[in-house]
Amino acid sequence: MRRILSSITDGKGFDLILVGVTMLFLFALAGIPLVYNVVMSFQQVDMFNLNTFSRPFAGLENYIAIVSQPEFWLVIRNTAIFVFGSIAGQFIFGFALAIFFMMSFPFASTIRGLFLVSWVMPGLVVGALWGWILAGDFGVLNAILRGLGVIDGTMFWKSDPNLSIWAVTIANIWLGLAFNMMLLSVGLAGIPRDLYEAAELDGANGWQRFTTITLPMMRSTIGAVLALGLIYTLQQFDLFPAITEGGPANSSNVAQYWAWQWSFQLFDFAKGATVSVMMLIFVLVASIVYVRSTRHEVRG
Amino acid sequence: MTRVAAPKLFLLLALALAAVYLFPLYWMYATSLKGASEIFANPPTFWPRDPDFSIFPATWERRTMDTFLWNSLVIATGVTTLTVLLGTGCAYVLARYRNPWIDIGLFAILMLQVLPASVMITPLYVGFNQLGLLDYPRTAVIIAAAGKSIPFYIVLVRATFMSVPSELEEAALVDGNSRWGAFFFIVLPLARNGILVLAILTFMQAFGEYIYSKSIITTQSLQPASVGLSGFLGPNSTDWNGIMAYAAMYVTPIILVFVILQRRIVSGLTSGALK
Repeated sequence: MRRILSSITDGKGFDLILVGVTMLFLFALAGIPLVYNVVMSFQQVDMFNLNTFSRPFAGLENYIAIVSQPEFWLVIRNTAIFVFGSIAGQFIFGFALAIFFMMSFPFASTIRGLFLVSWVMPGLVVGALWGWILAGDFGVLNAILRGLGVIDGTMFWKSDPNLSIWAVTIANIWLGLAFNMMLLSVGLAGIPRDLYEAAELDGANGWQRFTTITLPMMRSTIGAVLALGLIYTLQQFDLFPAITEGGPANSSNVAQYWAWQWSFQLFDFAKGATVSVMMLIFVLVASIVYVRSTRHEVRG
Repeated sequence: MTRVAAPKLFLLLALALAAVYLFPLYWMYATSLKGASEIFANPPTFWPRDPDFSIFPATWERRTMDTFLWNSLVIATGVTTLTVLLGTGCAYVLARYRNPWIDIGLFAILMLQVLPASVMITPLYVGFNQLGLLDYPRTAVIIAAAGKSIPFYIVLVRATFMSVPSELEEAALVDGNSRWGAFFFIVLPLARNGILVLAILTFMQAFGEYIYSKSIITTQSLQPASVGLSGFLGPNSTDWNGIMAYAAMYVTPIILVFVILQRRIVSGLTSGALK
């Protein structure tokens, strides 16, 4: 007993308690639910057996039902547009801004920091703002585009089935751009200046310096940023209820919102779990890429 | 272009870019001050014709924002407390050692960080229902949201602990401190700033939490401000100046805290290199 006590105050026991309590908490709130989710996707869950653990085994029924939904492929397509559109937009604009802010001028880091406001705002508020900016008849984006002569008529961003998924994607690009820029800035700051000076002396132009120094030196950062982009885009939920609610007619519905609708609007928890499990596979692939590319930085 | 003029030109360009990027925020404040007919003006007026500040108390009253914001505060405080209590010690141990077990722990935490809330809510809701936790909906949301924010907090606070020289702690141990003493009186005070910034960040994120609250809390008097906002928001909203006034009152405190602490928040975020 004394040995255990002294280990807690002075030895390994101290470390084990600090890590153990937290790990138990996380295991209860993430590990167990994760397994439970997979279990539920193979069960028949309804309002009557929601409170019991012994539910009829359903085999692959839920999966077959999900895949044969008429909107299944539409949701997949939308998820792909949302994910790749968001990542591409956030990355390209974020990279361009990060490079711009690496140049030395007064207040560069302060102004760059202001961009991060978008990242600390509640997702639902960002959704509300963009829902209003993208409104059809009275939205300011349409007015600006008309003023610039880009469009003639009115773009019904939220109610046109061909545009609605792009409406949410635009909002998500705005939301995630600053965070991408910040991470890429960290990577850029890590490149030794003298590499550029040497290249300049050797007569390399700006584009050559970018492709032969910046890109290769940023490889692990870019990998991590893209993987994180995928992870965060699949986590993005708040914009959907705020802007389009997945509509019109599922034209802007994505996997994460669909899963929630199954569980909390149709109260079919088994189907919700099934969609979640399918989505999880993508998340796991992305997270392996992410963990691999950040291993060096995280280990320190 | 001379060499002296370039920085000023870049500064102007940077300000222009920031103005474009932050335009949605300006538009929120501008719209909230417009009258009911002016918001539907075509083309829109970029500056409110005659700003009407009475919309703020009116919206506050009509949307019972005091209840909503109070609930947001309760949830955010709970999440932050739980996260700091559980996350700090764990981050410290993970920063102090380097062995395969620590690597496994870190790997597990990084993996937990990526789980989407929309995936976790279904099993959490069913599980909480079976445990009877849904009778205490705000507590249930606090626990669920803390589970989401702890991994993120650990990764970043760990980076702070790694910058505390271990010699200081060893010296304290040689002087006869217990591990607890060295942790609480030497290591924690040195890592205080980083912990504070990340606690604030956790608080801000929990203050805007939506999906867990929306799914778990059905009683309106217990819902946070994010769910309150979603109540009158949708593809067919028309009450835009009211929505924007609500949004402005909801986010202004967050924006103010962010602008004041901007430098510290950004360095806290980037010190962990890539999160």
